[in-house]
Amino acid sequence: MYELIAFYLFSFLTIVMFSITVSTSNVLYALSSLAAGMIFISAFFFILDADFLGVVQIVVYTGAVMALYAFGMMFFDSLSEVEEKVKNPKLFFGLAGLIALVIVIIFAAPLVDLNTEALYPVTKGLGNTQDIGLVIFTKYLLAFELAAIMLLVSMIGGIILAGKKMDVSYSQMSEEEINIYEKSLKNSNKRKQI
Amino acid sequence: MSLNAYLMLSGILFCIGLAGVIRRKNILMIFFATEIMLNAVNIGFVAISKFYGDLTGQAFSFFIIAIAASEVAIGLGLLILWFKKKNSIDSDSLNKLKG
Repeated sequence: MYELIAFYLFSFLTIVMFSITVSTSNVLYALSSLAAGMIFISAFFFILDADFLGVVQIVVYTGAVMALYAFGMMFFDSLSEVEEKVKNPKLFFGLAGLIALVIVIIFAAPLVDLNTEALYPVTKGLGNTQDIGLVIFTKYLLAFELAAIMLLVSMIGGIILAGKKMDVSYSQMSEEEINIYEKSLKNSNKRKQI
Repeated sequence: MSLNAYLMLSGILFCIGLAGVIRRKNILMIFFATEIMLNAVNIGFVAISKFYGDLTGQAFSFFIIAIAASEVAIGLGLLILWFKKKNSIDSDSLNKLKG
């Protein structure tokens, strides 16, 4: 009974929050409603007995990803209006719904049909976190290590991309000034090589 | 709750995210919409993992969260570089190949 009420309440809240994210033209509204939607999604994970993922969802999405977006927004003129025109809103919402339906059917239909057997069943007497730890550190150890390397690479990439030429703003220079500046950079590189 | 309810919710959220990706012209908003799509898929995986009693779905959605985090870091770095160069986050400014 409680599960039923919780499911409908949180599904209503997430759908409303994400609709605001998609439809609003203010970046700040979009950011805060996206953060709220992420927290509501973690409620589904708790309902579904995936406690570990619920905590990870809150920590990673609202703690790391949202903070990254908030800091990233400081580099943009994010309140500037980007013109968006939809000529035929009904057609495109219909198309989006159709594509989503097809994708869900493609991936979910084989699961519903077959009598799938659990390869890694939930162990009784162990908590959810312990259980996931057992699976990740045995069967998925290689994938886990690769994910760690990928996160390291993306961290270094993010720092290098965003931190490049922090003192120069290309958008405030004219084309000629940019050309002169880049030539001087190339020349100094050549000198270094010699 | 049945598995179908969760899958339907996942499909609806995916549809909202997809509509956002198709419709928005602000590149930052397109990033937000991709986050929505990744989360929708996560709900589907965890629901299937619960109803079939298998932990693989949860392990998989754990990796999806890791991928989403690294995607945000690289994507925002590229977007900052692009904004420095063009002074615009409109996706119509990405038309250098137009000739």
